[in-house]
Amino acid sequence: MGRLTEAAAAGSGSRAAGWAGSPPTLLPLSPTSPRCAATMASSDEDGTNGGASEAGEDREAPGERRRLGVLATAWLTFYDIAMTAGWLVLAIAMVRFYMEKGTHRGLYKSIQKTLKFFQTFALLEIVHCLIGIVPTSVIVTGVQVSSRIFMVWLITHSIKPIQNEESVVLFLVAWTVTEITRYSFYTFSLLDHLPYFIKWARYNFFIILYPVGVAGELLTIYAALPHVKKTGMFSIRLPNKYNVSFDYYYFLLITMASYIPLFPQLYFHMLRQRRKVLHGEVIVEKDD
Amino acid sequence: MKHYEVEILDAKTREKLCFLDKVEPHATIAEIKNLFTKTHPQWYPARQSLRLDPKGKSLKDEDVLQKLPVGTTATLYFRDLGAQISWVTVFLTEYAGPLFIYLLFYFRVPFIYGHKYDFTSSRHTVVHLACICHSFHYIKRLLETLFVHRFSHGTMPLRNIFKNCTYYWGFAAWMAYYINHPLYTPPTYGAQQVKLALAIFVICQLGNFSIHMALRDLRPAGSKTRKIPYPTKNPFTWLFLLVSCPNYTYEVGSWIGFAIMTQCLPVALFSLVGFTQMTIWAKGKHRSYLKEFRDYPPLRMPIIPFLL
Repeated sequence: MGRLTEAAAAGSGSRAAGWAGSPPTLLPLSPTSPRCAATMASSDEDGTNGGASEAGEDREAPGERRRLGVLATAWLTFYDIAMTAGWLVLAIAMVRFYMEKGTHRGLYKSIQKTLKFFQTFALLEIVHCLIGIVPTSVIVTGVQVSSRIFMVWLITHSIKPIQNEESVVLFLVAWTVTEITRYSFYTFSLLDHLPYFIKWARYNFFIILYPVGVAGELLTIYAALPHVKKTGMFSIRLPNKYNVSFDYYYFLLITMASYIPLFPQLYFHMLRQRRKVLHGEVIVEKDD
Repeated sequence: MKHYEVEILDAKTREKLCFLDKVEPHATIAEIKNLFTKTHPQWYPARQSLRLDPKGKSLKDEDVLQKLPVGTTATLYFRDLGAQISWVTVFLTEYAGPLFIYLLFYFRVPFIYGHKYDFTSSRHTVVHLACICHSFHYIKRLLETLFVHRFSHGTMPLRNIFKNCTYYWGFAAWMAYYINHPLYTPPTYGAQQVKLALAIFVICQLGNFSIHMALRDLRPAGSKTRKIPYPTKNPFTWLFLLVSCPNYTYEVGSWIGFAIMTQCLPVALFSLVGFTQMTIWAKGKHRSYLKEFRDYPPLRMPIIPFLL
């Protein structure tokens, strides 16, 4: 069964492509647990729907939007414009910092407020899925937004000595370019005027940006490991009256290991999406 | 008597897999499955799903050919359900695992808590009591699987065993690690808390067993009939007045009792996850009761009286 026809008939908005092309945070694609298997299916579908409706954009996507209601459309447009602007501000601040100082040292410190504000603001994406104005799975969006929040608040913000690592710049650049492309893609789609180069950027940039972002995130977590081990931060030790312990160091190790099975799955999924959206290839996916 | 012709097509490819002529009109789906197995021995009956529509619901084994909405030439669509394994095997593996794993931690076998604690024993009474309760719970489940439960479906997909064992075994190891840890902290309110928890646990275990017996008596051996369960002379079954699945209510209660007894967060989490899963099952069962029986008692809720 080619999913394409079904998806086109369903004709959900371009928004459904959602995070599919959004490096470098990972999807929970592990096929072992039932919940993750379900997530995998839904992310597959989301991506396919998005791709299909973009392929037949003129016809399908506007209809979906008219069903959304004025208030929701207005809010989403405002939100997407604000987020595009926010990440643009970040991009400019980063470029200016580097031009003036000629070094990446102190870069994170200078932009951290803006970064934390806009990245935390992305939590609203989960709310959008929850209340149904964005047709992407809550679990997929939830995992992706929270992994970003994790990188910002629980790694970079909390472990000061690693803030000047080159790897921080690596994921910052990857995130910034990705988010500018992604949010402007949403904005222009909502306004019904999607320039081809934005669509092209959204489905090509990830080829480089996704591995770059993942590398940045992994190297940053790796750099954090010795500090976490030394300070024992965010860890709970026995004995305590709840009879449970938690070791942030091992948690980070497991997090890093989980990138190994997840990264290729998402990356190849996105390559398939790209072929479908940009080259109109019909990909017959295996029916489950 | 007019005979039927049955053709079986692959639900995905529509390829013709089998043609049966001269099938008795009162042949059941189970019999058709047996005939199909003769030409395709790799698909034993439990693996087969036969349906009238390629994407429709599977037909039941006891459905009779002439009562189906088909002409004298019936087209059935076949789907392979994958390798199957019997429920009894799955249950035994699922429950034997936690029983054994917990004891490894209880006896502190080497390579868990460090060399100096090997085969030592906890100084807290509650740890020993917890081990008795945990073992009792799983031994009871094993014995019930062997001697009490009557399964309406014979098999389940093989991959379920991996999923379920990861869940049961993993949680058992996680809980047992902390309860039997040399640095275990006994309950805040001491003996009083343990006694209360033990009372909850014992009552719920007795209740759970009573419900399983009542359900067994509802279904005569070898049959697949379904009836509305009602309270019996045994007071533990009176919960049937208020909920559809009191066995789940009691099971959750047992785990809450165990969580209070050990004052261990992983046990509380296991109770919560178990409760969520059992609520989903109970809602499904409740819905099918409502659908099947017009006179179903309106007061009943799926799992928690008056609430859920």
